[in-house]
Amino acid sequence: MATEPIDLEAAGLCTDAYGSAIGMPQLCDAWFGNQIFWLLIALVVIYFILSRIALPRISAILSERQGTITNDIAAAEDLKAKAHEAEAAYDQALVDARLEAGRIIDAAKADMKADLEAAMKKADAEIAVRTAEGEKAIAEIREGALAAVKDVAKDTAKEIVAAMGGNADARTVTAAVNARMKG
Amino acid sequence: MADETQVVVATGADVAHGAESGLVFHPMDQFLVKPIFGQAGDPVFWYTPTNVTLWLGLSVLAIFALMVLTTSRRSVIPSRGQSVAELSYGFIYKMVEDITGKEGLKYFPYIMTLFMFIVSANFLGLLPTAFTTTSHIAVTAVLGFAVFFAVTILGFVLNGFGFLGLFWVSSAPLALRPILAVIELISYFVRPVSHSIRLAGNMMAGHAVIKVFAAFAAVTAVAPVSVAAIAAIYGLEVLVCFIQAYVFTILTCVYLKDALHPAH
Repeated sequence: MATEPIDLEAAGLCTDAYGSAIGMPQLCDAWFGNQIFWLLIALVVIYFILSRIALPRISAILSERQGTITNDIAAAEDLKAKAHEAEAAYDQALVDARLEAGRIIDAAKADMKADLEAAMKKADAEIAVRTAEGEKAIAEIREGALAAVKDVAKDTAKEIVAAMGGNADARTVTAAVNARMKG
Repeated sequence: MADETQVVVATGADVAHGAESGLVFHPMDQFLVKPIFGQAGDPVFWYTPTNVTLWLGLSVLAIFALMVLTTSRRSVIPSRGQSVAELSYGFIYKMVEDITGKEGLKYFPYIMTLFMFIVSANFLGLLPTAFTTTSHIAVTAVLGFAVFFAVTILGFVLNGFGFLGLFWVSSAPLALRPILAVIELISYFVRPVSHSIRLAGNMMAGHAVIKVFAAFAAVTAVAPVSVAAIAAIYGLEVLVCFIQAYVFTILTCVYLKDALHPAH
């Protein structure tokens, strides 16, 4: 803003003697040509900057980013699928191991059962042998005892008969004892 | 004779200048077009480099810095500057696509040019002592009429006389249609005027109001209020700068849509 009086003729009718605005400088038609001329130049320059350099470049950046994101998502999905596969394989291995363990346990059980049965049989057989031996011994003892009882009974009967004053016939006494023993 | 008028004008100017009182109001002086070189009061011809030239050039540089320099590394993970450039690209691209459809996308560079010019000129104008090129009706009228003529010519080239269907509201009752056609026609021709005056008026009003409050800051008693008011209006102007650029651009898209799809 000039403070000195200026040449009004040259400045046109839009400023006063001090260079201040009269009314709205926007409506000063003496300046329209200048503004329009420089504006058109500026617009053309901006248009070429944008359409030749900036917009294709930004568009390329954006599509490159989109591509990168898409690729990354695809890679992530691949990795996810691989992880699922690995998990499935792990589960399978776990199931297999369980089955194997079960099989081993069953086999061990069967072995043990077989061993046990064999041992039981052996033991039973031995027990049977021993029992038979025992019974035989008992039978012998019983027979021995019976014979002894017969002898003792004959002797006792002979003695009793003699004591009572009878003449004990050995054959008669024996027959009598045998008859009694049977009864 | 010449001296006498000089004196009369000078005294009138003295009063306007408030040379005697404390208050000096020159809210419109910021809009004066002045040659950059030479002295104040030198004649302004159409080719003279003026403050208009300077601030238009700064707008061009700002756009170059924002859209070209920040994107020079073309990084997939953008820097702050690059994301602003991408954001403005995506903002206008989506606007054009949403309003005009896929067919409008080939006019995207023109609309982007308009938006980037208006938004950068508006924001540069907010710098103290700056000259706001978009506050001048000569500038916005060029933009507004350029859009108007481009859309009208494009409408006739693409649709032939079918473009006139824009004024024939086929969804209205037949009796009303001629009346509506007249209204539509008037509103169509008012478009470039409202389009350009809306922008220039908004920019001019805000800057002038700030300047008026700035003049009051010379009075000690009201200076704090005045400074607070300047800050508040400045904040409002920041919003207005973007919103007016947005409004201008979106209206351009709407007009372009009329040219591409004139049927109601």
